[in-house]
Amino acid sequence: MSDDHDDSPIAARVRELEAVLEEKGLLDATELDRALEAFAHKASPANGFRVVARAWVDDGFKARLLANANEALPEVGLSMGGGLQVQQLHVVENTEEVHNVIVCTLCSCYPLSLLGPSPTWYKSPAYRSKVVSEPREVLRQFGLELPAATEIRVWDANAESRYMVLPRRPANTEKLTEEELAGRVTRNGLIGTAAV
Amino acid sequence: MPRINDVGGQDGFGPVLEELDEPPFHADWEAHVLAMNRALIGRGLYNLDEFRDAVERTMSHQSSYYENWFRAIQTLLKEKGHV
Repeated sequence: MSDDHDDSPIAARVRELEAVLEEKGLLDATELDRALEAFAHKASPANGFRVVARAWVDDGFKARLLANANEALPEVGLSMGGGLQVQQLHVVENTEEVHNVIVCTLCSCYPLSLLGPSPTWYKSPAYRSKVVSEPREVLRQFGLELPAATEIRVWDANAESRYMVLPRRPANTEKLTEEELAGRVTRNGLIGTAAV
Repeated sequence: MPRINDVGGQDGFGPVLEELDEPPFHADWEAHVLAMNRALIGRGLYNLDEFRDAVERTMSHQSSYYENWFRAIQTLLKEKGHV
């Protein structure tokens, strides 16, 4: 591909590269569909919600999840092996004393299969630069005001490791079913930029 | 020397802007870039580490996330003589 079209809209340049690769037999349309499907259908925050709800109702599962998440995930029908390479998942638990938040300062590492596609802000230099130096201020921008006594731990993901936050179970939810509890969890709660 | 992607602790990137109800992709071409990258890695034209390295050495903070991806893919394919 030449640089002659660099001023054309990027959509056209992407189509052009696809066409060149297809012509050379380096890519075919079915492969693209398969790759997109793997991304769109296997990656959903509903998976993370389910993991959290199970941990809230089952102390044994929670202990196994915190000890070795990759080994515990199959108990709820999930695994960390669906992507391009297997990563070790670390689940970090919020308590009265400690609040956790995740980031990838170098790029965009994220537990995609459990949290779904990552939001643009997670990948932005603004979030990646600031959450490690001023986490309390960044959480405030998300509307999360933590008590001064709460310790904030920031977990920086990398090529081999992914992190997911286990939020605190909300008060007055004793009567809720596991499924209803899963409905209380939010994507930002799994990142740590929301309480639940 | 740290590469420009290594932004942890740096100042000057402004506030974190959250987009409500953000879709996974903002345009079709972004989905195509993601799919193309997975397919090319799947075929072994380059590997995930080479892709990460290419993103880091060709990225611009002025470009969007998937624009940076596309630039990295183009760079690798050229360097390896595929296009």
